[in-house]
Amino acid sequence: MRTQAQPIGGPLLTRGYIVLLTLAAIGILLILWRFAVGLGASTGLSDGYPLGLWIALDVVTGTALACGGYAVALVVYIFNKGKYHPLIRPAILTSALGYTIAGASVAVDLGRPWNMWKIPTYFWSWNLNSSLLEVALCIMAYVFVLWIELSPAFMEKWSVDGPPRLQRVSQRLLPIVNKALIWIIALGMLLPTMHQSSLGSLMMLAGPKLHPLWLTGWLPLLFLMTCLAMGYAIVVFESVFSSAAFGRRPEMPMLINLQKIAAWGGLVFIAARLADLAYSGNLHYAGRLDLYGTMFWIENVLWILPLVMMLAFPRPTLGSIFRGAMVVALAGALYRFDTYLVAFNPGPGWHYFPSVPEMFISIGLIALELAAYVAIVKRFPILAGRTLGA
Amino acid sequence: MSTDRRGFFKNIAAAATLAVLPATAAEAREKKVPPSDAVGMLYDTTLCIGCKACVVACKEANSMPADIDGYGQGLYDSPDSLNQYTKNIIQLYRDAGEESFVKKQCMHCIDPACVGACMLGALQKGKYGVVTYDVSKCVGCRYCETVCPFNVPKFQWAKVAPKIVKCEFCKERLAAGKEPACTEVCPRKAVIFGSYADLLDEAHRRLKNNPGRYVPKVYGEHELGGTQVLYLSHFEFEKLGFRFQQDESVPHLQQSVNHGVYKGFIGPVALYALLGAVMFRNRGNSEKES
Ligand code: SF4
Ligand code: SF4
Ligand code: SF4
Repeated sequence: MRTQAQPIGGPLLTRGYIVLLTLAAIGILLILWRFAVGLGASTGLSDGYPLGLWIALDVVTGTALACGGYAVALVVYIFNKGKYHPLIRPAILTSALGYTIAGASVAVDLGRPWNMWKIPTYFWSWNLNSSLLEVALCIMAYVFVLWIELSPAFMEKWSVDGPPRLQRVSQRLLPIVNKALIWIIALGMLLPTMHQSSLGSLMMLAGPKLHPLWLTGWLPLLFLMTCLAMGYAIVVFESVFSSAAFGRRPEMPMLINLQKIAAWGGLVFIAARLADLAYSGNLHYAGRLDLYGTMFWIENVLWILPLVMMLAFPRPTLGSIFRGAMVVALAGALYRFDTYLVAFNPGPGWHYFPSVPEMFISIGLIALELAAYVAIVKRFPILAGRTLGA
Repeated sequence: MSTDRRGFFKNIAAAATLAVLPATAAEAREKKVPPSDAVGMLYDTTLCIGCKACVVACKEANSMPADIDGYGQGLYDSPDSLNQYTKNIIQLYRDAGEESFVKKQCMHCIDPACVGACMLGALQKGKYGVVTYDVSKCVGCRYCETVCPFNVPKFQWAKVAPKIVKCEFCKERLAAGKEPACTEVCPRKAVIFGSYADLLDEAHRRLKNNPGRYVPKVYGEHELGGTQVLYLSHFEFEKLGFRFQQDESVPHLQQSVNHGVYKGFIGPVALYALLGAVMFRNRGNSEKES
């Protein structure tokens, strides 16, 4: 029996939702202000720390947390586990929103965003050595791909009860998109493989400014591994969350398996990382308990913790996998944050701490993302499965 | 079930091969050499008297505003480091009673990290090996600042339409057949202009003819893959703020790995084909529900 995805329905403007909208509005006002006064007055950035919270959090960490769509697609389409299909749509939705918000953060962060259109169009100027170029092009393409992957959800609804014009277009387009979907989904797996690893390559170019515990030729691979682990974790996290928030019955056995992949993935990640450090002879830095050594071990403990939790409590419950997923997401977020900010040392005399407006812009954009998620699952067929008690 | 299993592991093996590609495919990358027409600067700490004529000349040549936020208390130009108003600076380092001036500006690296970073090539290694900036291709991402091992590029933080500020070796003056403003005005010839090859010879001649006068090396001959601005010093280079002494250029690691993976774009195309093929074989299955 196919469990059809359905809109949740229900009122939109709950009290929590109004809080989200307020935060989003504050963020948007601050963004306008940032464009009026420039980056110097609105952020804590400097020539020493030219990349800050918006890049390290919203882009580098945010897109990894938005890798649920990528991670589940691999399971369903490549490892051929069709029963995981009901998890795809919500995962793609969070991915589409996460990547769109990351794109918006980049536009806020760039000093000359009005030149952004030149990135995809000035192909004769492309510097093919630039990992940032690859990241930029792939993310732009991927945002587009994700919304196409998601478009059947919208068109399914519109072809039934949309306004007449939309209804006709949807009815015409839906079969075409469905037919082409396999190639679009393949693209939706290729692009994250490329840009998530390139987010690692990007910091390889910081060279000696990056602490040796983080700087390695394996950065692309380590980044790829973290985005997958985080992708699975976030699907678990999100499923448990929406089951609680919207009274759905969670797909327990599947979620347990995904959490297993994420937890074992953490072990593989640490093994690869330690092996590489031992091989390069940089492992001794881990023995120093300075800021870097400490952060290194905090990351590693967080990576191993989900597995320990899993093995210590062999009977997984909704709460235990939720906590496990949260730790995986945190481990990945910290690793990425450290690679971009903490392990990056521009030399003596430079400090960075995000300014208050910088933080509220990040918070506002995340609130906007959550608000859009709630609105879309309430109105469009995203979540599958029966409501509790049905 | 068993065929399913086998297929599963085959798929894992294929995926794993592609995943480790980046790490294993790193190929030997040729060391970059300066172009044949490379120009350079040679700065000698033992000759510099800290008069800052070069700082003033640089500001004039580039029409840069005075930086009155520094020590001048609003009265005169007094930057303490390279910044959004300053492409060239003389700094004073003091250590255990000894002191030394040092001139800082873009090093015009032979294998520049900033050029490797810049998406559309706003920063480029141009004529004479000089690293130039074209604002029309700059998106203001500041990746160049992040990667420069000498912290040279600066960003106009105070502006709503900010640019990157860095020494471009007086490219307009070079094009007009003149030498850079800073080398031209130096009264002690502490910083001189010339062809890169001649200056390297000159530096080694000075080292040879004045034993004990200098730290026995030419900074920039090998450091960070080599720079077209060369330094002689009677002070340890670390103490003058040259933080890195490694010979390997910054882009070497990243470009070795990247060239391995993206060579001819074969990797991504192959991966796409593989993903598509596996999905095609699995088609229909994803629709089945348990
Ligand atoms: S010193 Fe910095 S800005 Fe100058 S060429 Fe080298 S990397 Fe680029
Ligand atoms: S800030 Fe401008 S010059 Fe620097 S890397 Fe970005 S696009 Fe290039
Ligand atoms: S070459 Fe020109 S821009 Fe560079 S430091 Fe000298 S005067 Fe300034």
